[in-house]
Amino acid sequence: MKVLVLAGGLSHERDVSLRSGRRVADALRGTGAQCDLRDADATLLEALPSYDGVLVMLHGGAGEDGSVREVLELSGIPYVGATPSACRLAWDKPNAKSASRRAGVSTPHSVVLPHAAFRELGAGALLASVVDHLGLPLMVKPARGGSALGATAVHDAADLPAAMVACYGYGEAALVEQLVVGTEVAVTVVDTGDGPRALPAVEVRPLSGVYDYAARYTAGSTEYFVPARLDASEAAAEAAVEVHRALGLRDLSRIDLIVTPDGVPHLLEANTAPGMTETSLVPMSVDAAGLTVGTLLCDLLELAAAR
Amino acid sequence: MSAYPPLPTGPGPAVERVEDAGPRRRDTRLDSYVDRYAARTHGMTASAIRALFSVANRPEVVSLAGGMPNIADLPLDVVGQTLHELVAGNGMRAMQYGSGQGEPMIREAICEVMRLEGINAHPDDVTVTVGSQQALDLVTRIFCDPGDVVLCEAPSYVGALGVFRSFQCDVAHVAMDDQGLDPVALRKAVTALRAAGRTVKFLYTIPNFHNPAGTSLSEPRRDEVLAICQEAGLLVLEDNPYGLLGFDGPPVRAIRARGGVDDVVYLGSFSKTFAPGLRVGWVLAPHAVREKLVLASEASVLCPPALNQMAVVEYLSTQDWQGQVRVFQELYRERRDAMLDALGQLMPAGTTWTHPTGGFYVWTTLPDGLDAKVMQPRAITARVAYVPGVGFYADGQGTRDLRLSYCFPEPDRIREGVRRLAGVVEQELELLQTFGPTAARRGAAQVQTPSPDTA
Repeated sequence: MKVLVLAGGLSHERDVSLRSGRRVADALRGTGAQCDLRDADATLLEALPSYDGVLVMLHGGAGEDGSVREVLELSGIPYVGATPSACRLAWDKPNAKSASRRAGVSTPHSVVLPHAAFRELGAGALLASVVDHLGLPLMVKPARGGSALGATAVHDAADLPAAMVACYGYGEAALVEQLVVGTEVAVTVVDTGDGPRALPAVEVRPLSGVYDYAARYTAGSTEYFVPARLDASEAAAEAAVEVHRALGLRDLSRIDLIVTPDGVPHLLEANTAPGMTETSLVPMSVDAAGLTVGTLLCDLLELAAAR
Repeated sequence: MSAYPPLPTGPGPAVERVEDAGPRRRDTRLDSYVDRYAARTHGMTASAIRALFSVANRPEVVSLAGGMPNIADLPLDVVGQTLHELVAGNGMRAMQYGSGQGEPMIREAICEVMRLEGINAHPDDVTVTVGSQQALDLVTRIFCDPGDVVLCEAPSYVGALGVFRSFQCDVAHVAMDDQGLDPVALRKAVTALRAAGRTVKFLYTIPNFHNPAGTSLSEPRRDEVLAICQEAGLLVLEDNPYGLLGFDGPPVRAIRARGGVDDVVYLGSFSKTFAPGLRVGWVLAPHAVREKLVLASEASVLCPPALNQMAVVEYLSTQDWQGQVRVFQELYRERRDAMLDALGQLMPAGTTWTHPTGGFYVWTTLPDGLDAKVMQPRAITARVAYVPGVGFYADGQGTRDLRLSYCFPEPDRIREGVRRLAGVVEQELELLQTFGPTAARRGAAQVQTPSPDTA
């Protein structure tokens, strides 16, 4: 099978994507598959027909909002992962949260505010109203984004304006969410033909207390426990699978949750093109399940080709 | 983003435990050396700022971030022929270990090059290094103990700040204005630091077409600065990669040329006048210093590459290298003009910038209340890249500043880049209008080690 790994792109997460792409390409070649690594640029369309399958390792932007997959659908090349419409749903955190809540999965209370709302209605009163409604502490993050870029934890209302400004640097809409205290876990969900199932969850404990960009991509700055040291492992796994289903995801996803001390898992976000770098969470889960990234992706590629 | 985590102490659970039953258990920090690194690695973390530069490599983005000289006009076919002859005809020398101090012929050639800036030197006092970046590293290595203070301009070259930090020095920034380093501020700084019992090892200065500030130290101030340092018994480390790239006439005499033979250590480079890829720079130092530098260099690299040095000598002696430098001057002048014109026409009121008369950089200061680091992702979305100013200070200053390079893109692209940047600044001003001032006046220190193409 001749496989194309798409990595790089023009999003803020390009650097992470390039590393994910290289690791995945190596893993695939390790299984004997023929594999090329390309960027999503002007030369892509004419190169596509020569491949039997595509792995989208683009993070953010075109890779996760469905647009690249729309192109792949148009060209008729099989690819691993969610459909364009499922991507559009998952990439927009507010919509993903609503869909998950409807399916019975908890998610922290939140509001979504486009930049325009503040411009037109005035920031002071609006922010006060947000704090009244949601309380403190809060997590401010781009409604569409990844790698914790643009995300700030806010413990003091006076810090909220700066957090909003930092967030709007990454996109037009901000998601302001209650900052829930609990155990942060990432659950990898795979479906190799028999329905989605959860792999061992990864518990994430950043030393700084915040799982920001540096904590994610600097080896040594975060502790990981695989499987997560949770009594509520079952609940977390079930919630992740439920989210995967509710969003109409396919093949492989990573669902990020916070599990509160009462054992209830709360959805943070769903990822349709999860990172595969040296410090990423999916490879840890895959490894803990006794699988290898290379063979898992090969299986998923074959499934995709058979669709 | 939150501050980077402090380097942890004590044992960490970095051990993999594998059990037979059930899923493989793993408790890990993903770095089994996490508790064993030297204290000087504190702060070497993945950086979102640096990661955003990866987007700058895409052709859709106008990168005003890079410090890469424009080498497209070099006579590459001639250089290629030279390299071929060096290896095929003189391979036994070109491919062998050479002198730890550098080859004699290139040290002589370097003395001729330095004469253009008024410096009279002996080849014995020149040490060839792997780029002047290595020279910076070696000088710091032989002079600085942890806790020593190095005086730098405000702002200063990010590559130097990284070196000083890696040797656990403290940096004290001294103010500049449009004529360069402020001698009054310098004198005050030295006095205050010594009164506080600190050991000040040297003044690091970039007198010509400063990276990142674009300014040059005026003629009278060169004498003043030297006099102040001589009086204070303070070594001057003069870093001069851009001295021959002025647009308005011959080079201004170096500080080293003004009677400071024992008081000035001078760094030079062929990166901007010839080619950075060859990695050939040098340091001119008094003989006692030079002896230590050679020992330190040998301990680091054994010797600089013989082939590369021989290539530089061939180039200097057989090509009209000064004519090539004049070509570069015109090329960069045109680009500087494009940038300054575009800035003048397009940037919102309240933005200010320097007016370089050579070199590669315009240092831009945003209207009050804006933060160039916070603005950076918006700029990337708008497909323009720059280097936020905080990286050029060791003490958290520079939140309103950013460095724009004009050396690499064509004039049209420069204009387009400034147009995009102006749009981004407008949007940030809107946010300021909406949310009020939120930018940190002075954040935590943000020194990053630069990648080669953005240094």
